Amino acid sequence: MAIKPNLRIGCAAGFSGDRTDAAGPIVDAMLAVGGPSVLIFETLAERTLALAQLARRTDPQGGYEPLLDELLRPILQPCMAGGIRIVSNFGAANPSGAARHIVALARELGMRVPRIAIVEGDDLSGTEQRKLLGSAAEGLSLVSANAYLGAEAIADALTAGAEIVVCGRVADPSLTVGPALAHFGWARDDWTRLARATMAGHLLECGSQVSGGYYADPGVKDVPGLANLGYPIAELNADGECIVSKAPGTGGRIDAHTVKEQLLYEVHDPSAYLTPDVVADITEADVIELGPDRVQLTGVRGHARPGSLKVNLCHETGWLAEGEISYAGARAEARARLAADVLRQRLDGLGPLRVDLIGVASVFGDDAGCWLGAQVPGEARDVRLRVAMKHAERAKAERLLREVTALYCCGPAGGGGVRTALRPRLGTVSCLVPRESVPATYRFIEAAAS
Amino acid sequence: MSQNLKLPLHRAAHGRTGDKGDRSNISVIAWHPALWSLLVEQITEEAVAHQFAHRRPSSVRRYLLPRLHAMNFVLDGVLDGGVNDSLNLDTHGKALSYLLLDLPLDVPTDLIPFLVGPG
Repeated sequence: MAIKPNLRIGCAAGFSGDRTDAAGPIVDAMLAVGGPSVLIFETLAERTLALAQLARRTDPQGGYEPLLDELLRPILQPCMAGGIRIVSNFGAANPSGAARHIVALARELGMRVPRIAIVEGDDLSGTEQRKLLGSAAEGLSLVSANAYLGAEAIADALTAGAEIVVCGRVADPSLTVGPALAHFGWARDDWTRLARATMAGHLLECGSQVSGGYYADPGVKDVPGLANLGYPIAELNADGECIVSKAPGTGGRIDAHTVKEQLLYEVHDPSAYLTPDVVADITEADVIELGPDRVQLTGVRGHARPGSLKVNLCHETGWLAEGEISYAGARAEARARLAADVLRQRLDGLGPLRVDLIGVASVFGDDAGCWLGAQVPGEARDVRLRVAMKHAERAKAERLLREVTALYCCGPAGGGGVRTALRPRLGTVSCLVPRESVPATYRFIEAAAS
Repeated sequence: MSQNLKLPLHRAAHGRTGDKGDRSNISVIAWHPALWSLLVEQITEEAVAHQFAHRRPSSVRRYLLPRLHAMNFVLDGVLDGGVNDSLNLDTHGKALSYLLLDLPLDVPTDLIPFLVGPG
C-alpha cells in the first residue's frame, strides 16, 4: 500500500470569543502548499454549551456559535474551491441550526452548497437520555448535559464525503484525530498513532496558545507581532507524528518553550491523558526545534481508550452579585478598607462576602480572605474595592448592588466610579457513562431543507 | 568554592496554568537543561503546598518529565470550587503560575549564566 501523503490541519479558533480573523492566513498558507488540508475551529469551553442551551431556549433556531458567520464568511469559498475540509464543534447546542446557517451563507455567497454532515449523540439533556446520568443529575436545575464524543463519527462523516463536519460536544483533540483517522485509514485500536494525533490535536486546540499567544512576558518571553498572531498548522505524517508551524508573514513564535507550555496545558498525569479516543502518554515525549517557528513533537505513546465517556452537566445555581468603587490619593487604601468593613456589616448574614483591593491584593487571594488578611495594610494611593457574593435568591443578591451604590453618600470620602453587576450563575458537575450507552452518529444535511 | 544566590524561580523556569473544575495544573519548565536538577531538588510538592497554603489544597502532586526538563503540578481544591463557583475575578486561577514562579530558588553562581530575565 502506498504511504499516504502528509495531512495539514490548521486551527483558527481556540475558544468561543477568540479572534475571528485567524483563518485567512492559515487557508492561504495551506492552499499555497497544496495537499490534503483541514481547517478546524475549537469553540466550546466547559460553560459555552450551557450558554448555548440557554440561547436556544430563547431562540429555537439559535444555540450554535454566535460568531459562526464571521468565522466562516471570509474563508468558506476558498476552502471549498481548494478542497480544504472544515471540522468544528461550533454546532454547540444546535449543530443542525449551524449547518442550515452555513447552507444559507453559501447561497448568499453564490457558491455551490457544501456537503455538510452533523455529528449527534452528545446531548443527554432530554428526558430519556437523562436517565443515563443516574444520581449525578438528581436535584439539579439542569441546563445542559453533554457527553464528550470521540473522533470516530467525524472520521466516518469525512470518509462518506463530508466537506464540513459540524459537531456539538466532542473532545477537543478529536477534531484533529477525526480527520487523521479518515485520511490515513488507521485501525481504530492503533493506540500509538491515535495518541500521537491526539497530542497534535492538543497542541492545536487552543489556537494561538502554541504559537506565542498567552506566552509573552516582556524582556523574558518576547513574542513578535502579538497583535497579528499566526495560528498553528500541524503537519501529520502517516505515523501520526507532527510538526507545528504557522503561516508565513504572521506574528507569534513557535519554539520548544511555547510548545512545552501548551503540551502540558490542562494535563494532569502526563502518563495518562484521557480522551474518548485513546489514553496518551507524554512521559517520553520530546520537542525538537527544526527551524524558525517549526517544532516537531515525538515520542508520544498510547494505550487503550477508556471504557467510559465523560459527561459535563451544567445547572443553575442562583446569582452572582458584584460591586466596585475606587479610591485615590492620600490614605486611599485605608478608605477602601473602611468601605469594605462597612459593606461587611451591612451585608452580614447574607453569606460570605469576597473582598478584593484591586491594586493591592485581588488575584492570588482566596474567597475566604486569608491572603488579603495576611497583607499588612499599606499606603496604596490608587485602589479599587471589589466585593462579590453569591446567593440562591435574586432579591438577596441585589442587596449587595444597592449597598455598594449607597457608598456614594454613606461611605468613606472620595469614593467614585461605582459599577455593579448581577449575573445568573451556572454550576458544572461531571460524571462517567458507559461508552456503549452513548452512540455517536452522523448524518448529512439536505441542502433543500434550509 | 561556588556560592549560592537566592533568586525567584521565574529566573530559572517558566510555566502556564490550566484548570478543570476545582483542580489547577501548573507546569514548570526549565529555561535550560543545566537548571533541571535544581528544580527537581527544590521545587517539591511540599514547597508548592506551602506557597499555596492560603488556598488550602487538599493535595499537591508533582509529575516529572525529564526529557522536556519540565514538571507538572496538580493542585486539588485550590480554586474555591472552580470557574463556576469561585468569587475571584480570576475564577480559572489563570494567574497562579506566577504565584508558583515566585518561589525562592537557591542557585549556585556557576549556573547564573543559564538564568533568564533581568536580575
